[in-house]
Amino acid sequence: MSIKSKSIQDKSKDERLRKVSNLKVLLNRPELGALGGSILVFIFFGIVAGDTGMFSAYGTINFLEVSANLGIIAVAAALLMIGGEFDLSVGSMIGFAGICIAIPAIYWGWPLWSSILFAFSMAVLVGYANGILVVRTGLPSFIVTLAMLFILRGATLALTRLITGRTQVPGLRVLIENDPIAWIFSADAFKGVFTWLGSLGLISLRQDGTPLATGVPASVLWWIGMTIFATWLLMKTRYGNWIFASGGDKLGARNVGVPVGRVKISLFIGTAVAATIYACVQVLDAGSADTMRGFLKELEAIVAAVVGGCLLTGGYGSAIGAAFGALIFGTVSMGIYYTDVDTDWFKVFLGGMMLIAVIFNNFIRRRVTENK
Amino acid sequence: MENLIEFNNISKFFGSVIALKDVTMHVKKGQIMCLLGDNGAGKSTLIKTLSGVHKPNEGEIIVEGKKTVFDSPRDALDMGIATVYQDLALVSLMSVTRNFFMGREPMKGFGPFKTFDVKKANSIASERMGQIGIDIRDPSQAVGTMSGGERQCLAISRAIYFGAKVLILDEPTSALGVHQASVVLKYIVKAASLGLGVILITHNVHHAYPVGNSFTILNRGKSMGTFDKKDLSREKLLSMMAGGEELDKLEVELKEIDRASKN
Ligand SMILES: Nc1ncnc2c1ncn2[C@@H]1O[C@H](COP(=O)(O)OP(=O)(O)OP(=O)(O)O)[C@@H](O)[C@H]1O
Ligand SMILES: [Mg+2]
Repeated sequence: MSIKSKSIQDKSKDERLRKVSNLKVLLNRPELGALGGSILVFIFFGIVAGDTGMFSAYGTINFLEVSANLGIIAVAAALLMIGGEFDLSVGSMIGFAGICIAIPAIYWGWPLWSSILFAFSMAVLVGYANGILVVRTGLPSFIVTLAMLFILRGATLALTRLITGRTQVPGLRVLIENDPIAWIFSADAFKGVFTWLGSLGLISLRQDGTPLATGVPASVLWWIGMTIFATWLLMKTRYGNWIFASGGDKLGARNVGVPVGRVKISLFIGTAVAATIYACVQVLDAGSADTMRGFLKELEAIVAAVVGGCLLTGGYGSAIGAAFGALIFGTVSMGIYYTDVDTDWFKVFLGGMMLIAVIFNNFIRRRVTENK
Repeated sequence: MENLIEFNNISKFFGSVIALKDVTMHVKKGQIMCLLGDNGAGKSTLIKTLSGVHKPNEGEIIVEGKKTVFDSPRDALDMGIATVYQDLALVSLMSVTRNFFMGREPMKGFGPFKTFDVKKANSIASERMGQIGIDIRDPSQAVGTMSGGERQCLAISRAIYFGAKVLILDEPTSALGVHQASVVLKYIVKAASLGLGVILITHNVHHAYPVGNSFTILNRGKSMGTFDKKDLSREKLLSMMAGGEELDKLEVELKEIDRASKN
């Protein structure tokens, strides 16, 4: 069906949208703040700690790894936040996933790969439970996932003590060696390149001649991969449009046929699965699971997402922004050790940065939505 | 002519509240049925039961001769019943294009690599908005920056684009100035002339009378009857609505619009 109405067209030229310059389009992008913040942070540490080894291969890998760990959960948290919800149970899910890997592998004699798969299926279950509770009851996700935070952490502690008699489960390192899938979370990439750079004397070596930084940690690749994937989802797929719509106006979205409930549930599964990826990386790196692992990570993930331009009210934000938010976090938290500043000040910085980000985001949102 | 949509003896209760009782209405192709009534008369509730948001407690809905039950708004959409809600179902943080195609995004590619065809979507959205005289130079601009009339037109053209047979409009002109209201009303007449059945909800007689063919008046959840335009003078319609004031100037202008859009 097509509607042609020339007469109307001529009359209403006065209601046109005005033309917007490319610069303004860029200024309206949600990730702008985090991108600018990252550049500022790098300039700052370049000046203050440029000659300390922070930006050597080893130092760089170090702060990238911290950023990556947070980035993995921050990207998923950002998608969920754009979809209009929070997940405060992410941190507890990390601890829970850790023991879901360690206990079957160490105490029940499961092959490591099967306990990793077990942890992921538990994550899907927890995410589904969070999602269905929020969607069905209409309660704020803040409350529902806060409850899940306590339930999971408590269960992690109680079950671990019940089965093992302690709160840590060590001894995984020997199992990693011959496992078919553990390398996905623990291997260093581009080892050859690093060895080569070491042999050229471009990066520092250990006493035995191997480079100090052995390669790019798997977590960094996960972080980058998840950021690209999430950005593709948001910008290029139908599902991405549904995420924005569900968070922007869930009734409106439902009324035009968007399956809002399914979208939200899948996003909750996403954050729980991301927490499990985080747990795999950590547990396989340390060779042990700890019931307190991931403590407070849910809040750090929210900080990274907000710094990255996500609105707390949903419907707006970006995955790239959250990845940069995590980069700022990781760079500052490691970089501070290379300066004379007492590390106690890190939290002050974190809070301050979050406040600035929220104020900035609010300003951007007004620019984007207000009828000028 | 056969009825496009009928609803017979529809009742809807919210707990102890009787929002609708025994309401019957029939709409044909090309007809503009105006649904009038005061605040709280049940107009929005009636169209929400028609569009699958609420399930009626009593009564039946018949679409093109077949008895139908809608489980969700999607069901109604799939039957060609498109509703432009009072709150428009537009997300102001999202772009014009993303809103236009919300829930029905055009896709390209294969299997799991199917992607939202943004380019095609942009060009369709611009073209459709252009046809009703709204020049979207940047379809990636957020809807929040559009005027009320432009948003209304966006919501209507979205409904028509997706093959609506019945177009339900809840107070499309209530928040608009005279000029923008006339643009929207003209567009509605145009839609009806293409063969859609239109249900126009308003409590403004001066907007309803010039464009409507039939008028159903709701009062406190009950229908006071359906009247054809030839059997009903504007004065009588006004007197049936509580508190009808004189707005002669507007009336004259709308008559002109009516004439202009009919030729
Ligand atoms: N979900 C609901 N729960 C309880 N009562 C409701 C609900 N929705 C509507 N009602 C009641 O039903 C009655 C009809 O409401 P409705 O929104 O249909 O009126 P309306 O004719 O559209 O009014 P307006 O002109 O203000 O839009 C009102 O008394 C309202 O309070
Ligand atoms: Mg209403």
